[in-house]
Amino acid sequence: MSERLTIAGKLFSSRLFTGTGKFPNSNVMQKALIESGTELSTMALKRVEVNNPEDNILKPIVDAGINLLPNTSGAKNAREAIFAAQLAREALGTNWLKLEIHPDPKYLMPDPIETLKAAEELVRQGFIVLPYCHADPVLCKHLEEVGCAAVMPLGAPIGSNKGIASRDFLEIIIDQARVPVVVDAGIGAPSHAAFAMEMGADAVLVNTAIAAARNPIAMATAFKLAVQSGRLAYENGLAPVNTQAVASSPLTAFLD
Amino acid sequence: MTFTDEWEKLNWDDVKLSIYSKTTKDVERALNKPKRDLEDFKALISPAAESYLEKMAQESARLTRQRFGHTIGFYIPLYLSNLCANACTYCGFSMENRIKRKTLNQDEIAQEITAIKAMNFDSVLLVTGEHETKVGMDYFRQTLPQIKQSFNYLAMEVQPLEQKEYAELKTLGLDAVMVYQETYHPSTYAEHHLRGNKMDFEYRLETPDRLAKAGVDKIGIGALIGLEEWRTDCFFVAAHLDYLERRYWQTRYSISFPRLRPCEGALQPKSIMSDKQLVQLICAHRLLNSEVELSLSTRESAHFRDNVLPLGITSISAASKTQPGGYANDEQELEQFSINDERSALSVASAVQARGFEPVWKDWEREFQSIEAAQYEK
Repeated sequence: MSERLTIAGKLFSSRLFTGTGKFPNSNVMQKALIESGTELSTMALKRVEVNNPEDNILKPIVDAGINLLPNTSGAKNAREAIFAAQLAREALGTNWLKLEIHPDPKYLMPDPIETLKAAEELVRQGFIVLPYCHADPVLCKHLEEVGCAAVMPLGAPIGSNKGIASRDFLEIIIDQARVPVVVDAGIGAPSHAAFAMEMGADAVLVNTAIAAARNPIAMATAFKLAVQSGRLAYENGLAPVNTQAVASSPLTAFLD
Repeated sequence: MTFTDEWEKLNWDDVKLSIYSKTTKDVERALNKPKRDLEDFKALISPAAESYLEKMAQESARLTRQRFGHTIGFYIPLYLSNLCANACTYCGFSMENRIKRKTLNQDEIAQEITAIKAMNFDSVLLVTGEHETKVGMDYFRQTLPQIKQSFNYLAMEVQPLEQKEYAELKTLGLDAVMVYQETYHPSTYAEHHLRGNKMDFEYRLETPDRLAKAGVDKIGIGALIGLEEWRTDCFFVAAHLDYLERRYWQTRYSISFPRLRPCEGALQPKSIMSDKQLVQLICAHRLLNSEVELSLSTRESAHFRDNVLPLGITSISAASKTQPGGYANDEQELEQFSINDERSALSVASAVQARGFEPVWKDWEREFQSIEAAQYEK
C-alpha cells in the first residue's frame, strides 16, 4: 500500500485526479470515475447548472461520493476567475478550487500573471487553491509562496495527449516544491501517468485520455493501475539507469 | 490594418486556379502533415481530394474527439424582426418581398423565451433583418438585458455595427456575433446586394476586426455557399479565419456552412455543392484547424445532420423557426427560409445521444461577466 497523499489536510488514497468533460454521457462518466478510484474530480463551473440537483455532471459525482473540485475554465483574467470561484463556493459548498485562467481560446495556455494575482487573492479569501499553470519552476515557487495548497503544472498542452513534454522543468518543480505537485494536462496514455508518478509527482489529473477513449470505463482502470504502479516504483527507489556496463577494472582499485 | 489589406493581396482567379491545379500528390502531402497550412487547405477542398474523403473524415473525427470529446453544443435562433431595408436576392426578408413584417415587442419576446426555455436551450442566437431606426441600437438596448436574464450565452446575427456599439452591447450580455460575408467576390457580392447598407462590401468584410477589437468573446464567419464558385469562396473563409486568429488571439471563432440549394421559385445557386462536397469542406476545415468550432444549422436535413455529426461538427441548432414569434405562435408566412430538419429539440437530442454524444445545453456562466460589465460602465 502506497503512502497517502495529503493536500490542505485532506487525505487521498488515490493519486489519480480526474476531469468530467468530453464524456459521451453522464452514465459512462460516472462509471469511468468510479472505476478510476478517483477521490477528486474537477468540473467547469460554466458547464454545470449549480442550482439543478439533477445536473448531469454534478449529480453523478456527488452520488458516487467523489469530492468536487470546481474549476474556473472560461475565465480570461483574474477578476473573472475570482468571481467564478466565489460563485462556485456559494453554490457547491466547497472552498476547493482548481484555478485556471486562459485568455487564449485556441491553445488554452494558462496565463501566469493573472493566475498568480488571482491565487493570492483567493487564498486570502480562504480558498484551497490548486492552480493550473505552466511547468515553470519559478512560477510554481511563487504560487506556493502566496499559499496555494498544491501546484498543477502541465505536462503538455491541454487535451493534446502528448505526454510529459515538459519533463526537464517538471523535475525541477518536483525537486523544489514544498507543496504537492499534480501533473495536469497532456497526459494521454497510462504510460505517461506512470512516468509522471515515477518522477515523483504527487498525483496526476487526467481527463481527455479517459473521456475520449474508445472505452472510457476500461481506460479509467488502466490509468488507475498505471498511477498505482508509478507511485509504487517511486517509493521503492528505481534502480539507476546505466548507459554502459560497469567497468570490470575499477579506476580507483589502486587505492586499496 | 484590417482584413481588407489581406484580402486585397489575394487574387480571386489565382486562388481558384491554384485550387483546381492541386494534384493527388498535394492531397497526400497535406494528409500526412502533422500541422497544415492554407496551401494544404486548398488541396483538401480541391477536386483532387474527392477520392480521399474517407481518410479525411477519419482524421477529422479523430481531431474533433480529441479537442471537443463526445459532446455537441445546442443553440437556437430567436428571430426578433423580419423588417429589412436591404434588397438581397437570396433572402426571404428582402425589402422587395411582399411579406407580413413584424418586430417583437417585450411581451412577445417574453412568450418566445418561455417557449424556448421549455425546450431546454441555454444558448440563443438573436436574428433580425437590417432596419436602423426600428431594429437598431435602441431596440437592442431594450431587448438584450431582458433576453440575457434567461440565457447564459447570447449570440447575435444582425447588421454590422460599429466597434463602440459592440462594446456597449457586450456590457448588456452579448457574447458572440455571427457575420457572414456571403461571398468574398466583390462583383458577385454587388449582384446580390441591390439596395441598402449591406451593399457596402468592405464595411462587412471588416466587421470581424471591429468585433475582436470590441472584445466580443466569439465571432462566427462563413460564406453563403452557392453565390459564387464554392471552393474559392470557402478558401477565403479559411484565409479570413487564419488572419483573425493570428491577430486577435483572445477571441474564439466558429464557421458555419449555409448553402443555397436548388429550389423552385427561389434564387438558383451559381455553384451547386453536393452533400459529399460539404463533408469534404467540413473535414478540410477541421484538418486545417483542430480548435475552431464548426456549426451546422437546420437548413440541412435530419439524415445529413445525424450522419455528419461525428465528422467535425461541434454545435448544432435544433427546432428552429425562422420567423419572428415562431416558437409561441407558428405563422409560416413570415419566415426567412424554410428549414429542412423539422424535428423537435428533444428528438434531435435523442438522435445525438444515439450516436454516442452528449448534448451540451449550457456551456457558459453569465455571472462570469457581470463584474467586467460593471467595470466597463465606470
